[in-house]
Amino acid sequence: MTTDLDTFRADTRAWLDANCPPEMREPVRSEKDAVWGGRDQSALTPAQKQWMDAMGQRGWTVPDWPTEYGGGGLSAAETKVLREEMARIRARNPLNSFGISMLGPALLKYGTEEQKKRFLPEIARGEIRWCQGYSEPNAGSDLASLATSAEDKGDHFLVNGQKVWTSYADKADWIFCLVRTDRTNKHNGISFVLFDMASEGVSTKPILLISGYSPFCETFFDNVKVPKENLVGELNKGWDVAKYLLGHEREMISGMGLGGTGAKNPLVEVAKRSVGTGDDGQLADPLLRAQLALFDVRAKAFAAQSERFIDELKAGRAHPAQPSMMKYYGTELNKTRYELLMSAGGSDELEWESEASDGGREARAWLRTKANSIEGGTSEVQLNIIAKRILELPS
Amino acid sequence: MPLFLNDEQTMLRDTAKDFVTEHAPVSHMRALRDAKDATGFSRDLWKQFADMGFTGILIGEDAGGLGLGHVEAGVVLEEIGRNLSPSPFLTTAVAAVEALKGTAQADRWFPGILAGETVAALAIDEGAKHRSSVGMKAERSGNGFRLTGAKQFVTHGHVADLLIVAARTAGSPDDDAGVTLFAVPRDAAGLTATPERLADASLAARIAFDGVEVDADAVIGEVDAGRDPLSRLLRAGRTGAAAEMLGVGGGAMDMTVGYLKDRKQFGVAIGSFQALQHRAAHLYSEMEVARAAVLKAQQLLDAGDEKADQAVSVAKAMTGLATTLAVQEGVQMHGGIGMTDEYDIGFYMKSGRVLAEMFGDANFHADLLAKTAGY
Repeated sequence: MTTDLDTFRADTRAWLDANCPPEMREPVRSEKDAVWGGRDQSALTPAQKQWMDAMGQRGWTVPDWPTEYGGGGLSAAETKVLREEMARIRARNPLNSFGISMLGPALLKYGTEEQKKRFLPEIARGEIRWCQGYSEPNAGSDLASLATSAEDKGDHFLVNGQKVWTSYADKADWIFCLVRTDRTNKHNGISFVLFDMASEGVSTKPILLISGYSPFCETFFDNVKVPKENLVGELNKGWDVAKYLLGHEREMISGMGLGGTGAKNPLVEVAKRSVGTGDDGQLADPLLRAQLALFDVRAKAFAAQSERFIDELKAGRAHPAQPSMMKYYGTELNKTRYELLMSAGGSDELEWESEASDGGREARAWLRTKANSIEGGTSEVQLNIIAKRILELPS
Repeated sequence: MPLFLNDEQTMLRDTAKDFVTEHAPVSHMRALRDAKDATGFSRDLWKQFADMGFTGILIGEDAGGLGLGHVEAGVVLEEIGRNLSPSPFLTTAVAAVEALKGTAQADRWFPGILAGETVAALAIDEGAKHRSSVGMKAERSGNGFRLTGAKQFVTHGHVADLLIVAARTAGSPDDDAGVTLFAVPRDAAGLTATPERLADASLAARIAFDGVEVDADAVIGEVDAGRDPLSRLLRAGRTGAAAEMLGVGGGAMDMTVGYLKDRKQFGVAIGSFQALQHRAAHLYSEMEVARAAVLKAQQLLDAGDEKADQAVSVAKAMTGLATTLAVQEGVQMHGGIGMTDEYDIGFYMKSGRVLAEMFGDANFHADLLAKTAGY
């Protein structure tokens, strides 16, 4: 018996076969391979652009968003089929976007109809690249102590202050930003606003990290005018929006725990190259092999947990604080993966600039993972949340 | 299929939870232990399991069972684990049933299993650590075979009506071919089962086969092709043991989190201390990941998916790691009282250790995964 879902699967398979360029079925090798969209699309290859546009026009960059906001309007079951069919041909994610993974869900829940109609379709099509203005020099784990101010000037807010660790602020078109609208009330004095990074008074300064890259910026606001209609949710109720969005950010970051569960395990490939294999095909270093094998258990189990979490989320059955658990586990797993990768690769992977190492690609990625358990709320903050909200331990 | 229990499975879980909690809570196990019970479980309880339909979960409807799957069997096993209920459910209604399913032996043994009268035990292990190799000899003799050798860690082996025995009819211990699986009645001449009390108070037999004669119809499946039914047995047994461990680890964790809320030191609940909160939250995360791994394995097994074997090893290894953490954290966070026999948390530690070892520990399954993945 052919069900509707079978038909959907067959149609999806045919469409993907026809529309996913061969280059977009190759593994993502570096930051350059990731497509972020935005106003400036000059850095995209023709295949990247074609794949993003094809998926964007179909709404499949955001398959489960409603069609009126640029989404695919798919059910949870159909979305799962789409993901399975994309995985089958190893199709790359057509569009990485904080708009999709963070702002979109928050706008769907808290945005006005005008805001949804205005911002969501251009996120779905990859036309606007967003960044997140959350952390400040004196508001890290204690995010709600943020001080960037938004003064009510009648038809607009006047924003002054500084954000830090703003991912890709120098490349982003718009920012979703937490601002203080009431100094007398810590949590209930925060508002959530959106504004164009091209606005007068916005400036960014990339921060050089231990990886040698600068994915994060300091972001400065000097009398930036933000129209009142760009307030999301109620005035002074931005913390609710912020927390909801953080849940989605944590989901996104937890996805980093999923690397290396595909058919070809890059960890094993690196290890085979550097330590060799015996007559039985096993890695010649038995202790390294044991470490990789035990890591594999956790990585595969976490892949199952990610699937379970998404299924529960779509069905409205997930504990609201479960993203904290996913974020904690996924990021710690990813750090372990890269420690093992460096150990497996030995001195080959220590090269920082050579052609053989692709400019120290893995070494830089290894160092980048160290931020995974800091950004979006540290591992320790996630453990606090799990303890209090899920296990209901006393404060 | 979404990776959570459907409505029917949730109802079965609630039924199993109520039943096991009422009829076989931890105090039931403690009473059997204190009485130095020689059977190792309650036969009345096994009957009640049958009355509830549990023993027929994996038996097809055409044979009088419920025709359900490993998810449903796992739901019952988790409650058995959570209550540390001594029961032949895993060896009999899960592992043995899967080995016998579709073979000529099914008609003979399924009625007794459905009725809660028959108990089966698994004579697989030949050394202290579970291995894939099978060395015990079965030589052709007259119309049948003669079995010679020894098996160990045979839970319920001293009281079982039926022993499922893996033996070698051809080749050498590590060969895949040449293994034959036998259904041997425990009262067969030349078979000696010596029960040994384990750390968790359960009884597992060392079994000596001294030229045990069996007819040709004792063969499960085909001669020399016993890897097929043995694989079915092990897939079911490993997944089932993983589900039972989820119950053990989850039970230990819940007990411990409860203790953190109740126990006061320095004038406050010790669960308010961040050092303990973080350990409990980490444990919760490990148990959640283990739970997903188990459900994934069960669903793939039920779907007959070719990736099931890998998922089964992940499930058995991951629950072994997570549950071992759960019981250790349990005793540590209970402090001194956790070391006392009077308190139940120690039982969880013992049971978790036995289940972690059964059908291969985390290292065994990690090694299997690595071999399958080509390293």
